Amino acid sequence: MNLKATELRLGLPGTDESQKEYSSFVKSNKRSSEGMDSSCNEEECATAPKAQVVGWPPVRSYRKNVLQQQQKKSDSDVSGMYVKVSMDGAPYLRKIDIKVYKNYPDLLMALENMFKCSMGVYSEREGYNGSEYAPTYEDKDGDWMLVGDVPWDMFVTSCKRLRIMKGSEAKGLGCQ
Amino acid sequence: MAQSFPEDVLEHVFSFLNYDKDRNAVSLVCKSWYEIERLCRRRIFIGNCYAVSPEIVIRRFPDVRAVELKGKPHFADFNLVPEGWGGYVYPWIVSLARAYPWLEEIKLKRMVVTDESLELISKSFKNFKVLVLLSCEGFTTDGLASIAANCRNLRELDLGESEVEDLSGHWLSHFPDNCTSLVSLNISCLGSEVSFCALERLVARCPNLKTLRLNRAVPLEKLPNLLCRAPQLVELGTGVYSAEIQSDIFSNLAEAFLGCKQLKGLSGFWDVVPAYLPAMYSVCSRITSLNLSYATAQNPELVHFVSQCSNLQRLWVLDYIEDAGLEALAASCKDLHELRVFPSDPFDAEANVSLTEQGLVAVSEGCPKLQSVLYFCRQMSNAALVAIARSRPNMIRFRLCIIEPRAPDYLTLEPLDTGFGAIVENCKELRRLSMSGLLTDRVFEYIGTHAKKLEMLSIAFAGDSDLGLHHVLSGCESLRKLEIRDCPFGDKALLANATKLETMRSLWMSSCSVSFGACKLLGQKMPRLNVEVINERGPPDSGPESCPVEKLYVYRTIAGPRVDMPGFVWTMDEQVSSSLSRVTERRGD
Repeated sequence: MNLKATELRLGLPGTDESQKEYSSFVKSNKRSSEGMDSSCNEEECATAPKAQVVGWPPVRSYRKNVLQQQQKKSDSDVSGMYVKVSMDGAPYLRKIDIKVYKNYPDLLMALENMFKCSMGVYSEREGYNGSEYAPTYEDKDGDWMLVGDVPWDMFVTSCKRLRIMKGSEAKGLGCQ
Repeated sequence: MAQSFPEDVLEHVFSFLNYDKDRNAVSLVCKSWYEIERLCRRRIFIGNCYAVSPEIVIRRFPDVRAVELKGKPHFADFNLVPEGWGGYVYPWIVSLARAYPWLEEIKLKRMVVTDESLELISKSFKNFKVLVLLSCEGFTTDGLASIAANCRNLRELDLGESEVEDLSGHWLSHFPDNCTSLVSLNISCLGSEVSFCALERLVARCPNLKTLRLNRAVPLEKLPNLLCRAPQLVELGTGVYSAEIQSDIFSNLAEAFLGCKQLKGLSGFWDVVPAYLPAMYSVCSRITSLNLSYATAQNPELVHFVSQCSNLQRLWVLDYIEDAGLEALAASCKDLHELRVFPSDPFDAEANVSLTEQGLVAVSEGCPKLQSVLYFCRQMSNAALVAIARSRPNMIRFRLCIIEPRAPDYLTLEPLDTGFGAIVENCKELRRLSMSGLLTDRVFEYIGTHAKKLEMLSIAFAGDSDLGLHHVLSGCESLRKLEIRDCPFGDKALLANATKLETMRSLWMSSCSVSFGACKLLGQKMPRLNVEVINERGPPDSGPESCPVEKLYVYRTIAGPRVDMPGFVWTMDEQVSSSLSRVTERRGD
């Protein structure tokens, strides 16, 4: 099945598109630390996080912490469940909406496409043994779990963030 | 003339004077009035704990019942004051414990309070009634347990937005069964769950409880249990305002609120589920103070709820209210005195909500009593500021934060000098001003010329030269506190206005262009000022004298240089300056 036609082109680490994005990330960062360019090119600035000035804007840490805590919670309650995805070795993270996928194979395929890596097939005994990479996630209790162990619906409600680990590191998780 | 009234008559007259200003004025009339006044002053307010020593206070006022102290400078709220700078209350408590066994009230703001201090308070003052800790840090719930256990007549325990090391919620159970005196309890900053049973029993046995601010850990389903036991509450801070949507939870909540006929103030609302807001509709018309600044509810539920509160005087809310919500507010809440709009996503370069200068203009034009504003937004124009100034000449506090530093008028791309100029020119009673956006020396000229009642000014990323600072220091007659960050202000203006600094409480300057040499000179010239240089990267004399200091904090004091400074703070006085230069000389060998 040729999925290239339906493939989401989002710019990946290692490809030409991603090079452009990465360099604009660096450029925008430099700009904001120099302080002042309000006439910044929309295209360049859209993806880059702003360099933060200490104590600005003047919002008390107490307030910042309370809002951050709540926003983390609401991110998972509202429909459209965006979680951060990191991959070992990649310079920046991505975000995906896991509610878009119906099952594990769909999710894994999307991740493989997004990060141009191979994670192989899940097996209950061996995990993703033999693959270059393995998908893991942080659950509500803060523990790092192997993707695929629990039923899909349970995974969707308990997944807080994803991390694509190097296969060699993920071995420990698979063996439990 | 002073001799014709016997002492006790004068004392009786003075007992009607509650404001410090009045008491200070009275004490300057003549020596005998000074003596009578000092013996009968019961309340002391010390705006800077380093401006005076406990010994000096105790010597002058031998019979004090209430003490209020402030420690760190305001910019500590935004992480600009390094950890360990100071503001320790313990030495004060030790002295107060010795001198005032009948002390009843201690109110602290931005101070470091240890469990040791709390324990000492709880054991030293037999009639202790009020403990208020705003934005304090350094203590744990063990300290709170001492207060709960030992203060038999405790009326008020307010933990403000302090940073408490939350070891367990067990401390609340230390309130003895015969403690029935509580009038106000604010534990909203605590993370751990307190024993709900203990809380319930405490609330039930305190018939005078008027203010109850719960922490997030108190579940919504249990809130009715507390409200039913305290229908006399005037101010309520809810716990988490979220639960599974169930009709019995809703009806219990609605019924409980129905019973609270005295309720005037609401706060809390963590994790708010909008479906539960209507449970409070029965109290809305009586609400005068509403703090929704932690409530991540959005429109239309948010504005619908706020519009029900037709008698609202104070509203704190997140920018989820948007311009549309503020327009509705302007139409329905004609009694509004104070508005604070906080940013839901302060670090996003792009606006995540539709909140602009229009919202503030609408409220300013629609609410005739509006006098206090704190507003975060992403765009502003001179036209809007002029409109606000013209609508609200009665403005007293105006704090505007345009999130992008040095952002110009978004319509004309000009600096916002004219706009802020209009504010200070029209609002003749303005006491507090915080500015942002693109500002030149011109705005400071307007401020120096017009802001004669201005007491506190906060400036960031503004101005072109020393002239700006000079306008402010030479023109603002009532200035008490000046805090500046990231402005090109340097030595000239500071040294030319050195004497002005003795008429103010304090001056803070960080990331400006004040040289080490100028700081030394200021310290030498003005013995009644503490000129503190904060340099985290190393001693200020490790570079040339012309090198700018990282942070400067100057305050008037009669207590001399403080003795509790950490390694990154240097006081510029004659002794220190010369010892620093001795070190430099040795290095040059």
